[in-house]
Amino acid sequence: MSFAFSTIQELRKQLLAKEVHPKELVESLLDRISSVDSRIKAYNYLHPERALEAAEKADVSLPLGGVPIAVKDLISVRGEPCTCSSRLLEGYIAPYDATVIERLRGAGAILLGRTNMDEFAMGSSTENSAWGVTRNPWDLSRVPGGSSGGSAAAVAAHEAIAALGSDTGGSIRQPAAFCGCVGLKPTYGRVSRYGLTAFASSLDQIGPLTKTVADAALLLEIIAGEDSRDNTCEPEPAPSFSAKLGEEIRGMTLGVPKEYFVSGIDPEVEAAMQKAIAHLEGLGATLREISLPHTSYSIATYYLVATAEASANLARFDGMRYGRRAPGCDDLLETYGRTRDEGFGREVKRRILLGTYSLSSGYYDAYYLRAQKVRMRIREDFLTAFRDCQAIVTPTSPMPAFRLGERTEDPLQMYLADIFTIAVNLAGLCAISVPCGFTQSGLPIGLQIIGPMWKEETVLQVGYAYEQSTNWHTRRPSLGQG
Amino acid sequence: MEKSAFPFLPETDAFRYGYSVPTVAIDVAYVAGLARLRLSPEEIETFGNQLEQVLAYVKKLEEVDVQDVVLVGEEKGFQNRLRPDRALPELSTNEALENAPQRGSGLFLVPRILE
Repeated sequence: MSFAFSTIQELRKQLLAKEVHPKELVESLLDRISSVDSRIKAYNYLHPERALEAAEKADVSLPLGGVPIAVKDLISVRGEPCTCSSRLLEGYIAPYDATVIERLRGAGAILLGRTNMDEFAMGSSTENSAWGVTRNPWDLSRVPGGSSGGSAAAVAAHEAIAALGSDTGGSIRQPAAFCGCVGLKPTYGRVSRYGLTAFASSLDQIGPLTKTVADAALLLEIIAGEDSRDNTCEPEPAPSFSAKLGEEIRGMTLGVPKEYFVSGIDPEVEAAMQKAIAHLEGLGATLREISLPHTSYSIATYYLVATAEASANLARFDGMRYGRRAPGCDDLLETYGRTRDEGFGREVKRRILLGTYSLSSGYYDAYYLRAQKVRMRIREDFLTAFRDCQAIVTPTSPMPAFRLGERTEDPLQMYLADIFTIAVNLAGLCAISVPCGFTQSGLPIGLQIIGPMWKEETVLQVGYAYEQSTNWHTRRPSLGQG
Repeated sequence: MEKSAFPFLPETDAFRYGYSVPTVAIDVAYVAGLARLRLSPEEIETFGNQLEQVLAYVKKLEEVDVQDVVLVGEEKGFQNRLRPDRALPELSTNEALENAPQRGSGLFLVPRILE
């Protein structure tokens, strides 16, 4: 029996009882990867020797002792590539560990490999990768979502026990929904971003992709908390995120934003949501309609704020100190221009252009500054809504996984895949996506539970209550054509 | 999913079918220069069209009343969080140079800047 299908919690018991050795566990996963990853392409690269070596020495008494974890290819791991799925960083070897990696190592986790993503986390389908597309384990003709599509697909296809991703506008939750796993976007400032390749610094957060809600709580406990190397990281000690798991949600009030349930959502997603809402009511929660009046401005706001920050953050990729440098250039400007033209893919260039434009002289007030102000309105919507409810429930995505190639030529349509997740980043909140059903053709559907800042315990509690009283999370993908 | 299915984006159809003239013109070649991107003529044209659509779309933010908005960090009494100005262990010169496309004598070698 393969251990690849287990959760962290299950494996912890088995490891402590010595029913499995960490090395067997790593071997089991490597077997699984070698038999399925040619179809999925969740991983950009693996390091079997290192993982096996670490497994030999693993201390199973630690909280993640001996548990293999996959990491999105934009988080620095000392001595390993960190390509961000970009040609610009081909051959780059990270000289230091990100804070989250230090913490995973400290907790005894084994780093298994690096997962595919949209280049520099810009995308919603993992099709914008220089190293090829990742496929959805539930239907190989469809995308896994993005940008953490490799992490979600690896977890869903049981090529990883759990994974880390990053979420700037939905990049953990939307792929989790498309692939039928759990994805948690922590509150802005909950997890250190030191060692995370910056896309949009006021929106980015690292978070877990797991098979169960309890595993997400456990991983968050390890990676959360103060870090002097990231001053946006909250100094208050992180609570025990597992503490409230299992507490009932009877008496809790959950908000349902009316703006998210207008006509236009895929009918099967809408039906699954209505059932999920009824189910939560059955668990004793009170569901209440709320209003988030600035919802329709969130995509426009996001694409100005995120691209402006990206254009500044990606200025560092200039071919001088690391990464690719275009050969044979005559002068500095030509070197910059050709290095970046050859190194960046189309979506990255598109966003750098938009961001540069909106920050350029004469346009700053009209675009970036206005977007930041509308962002505050979006935030106020949530603050007001949370006076009447403890958490908000929505679909994670308006549609199930779409077909490969379906949206690549139409940036606006691609951006729309994030319509329900983006506002959470703009407002700095936390949110989780948990499986809440399947379409008739077998594609997973995700339920998003949004909490106020610093209330991960609440979204985990609601997610856990829902998950434990349904069995969507127990289904396994066929890894075939749908 | 059909694009008409997105009530959030009433303008999208107009862009897609071209019956609305985008009101924002963008000089992509100039912006690309600012961004230090050397684009092909094909890219300049394609990105130009796409960016004009996106910029026309984001114009909807003008509808929002933002007069009394106070941004995060601009509230009265806001205090920045600073860390002590203390040297911490950092990368050695060799580690920092390991990824350099060109290096020599413990330095990054870069194209000539001054003639």
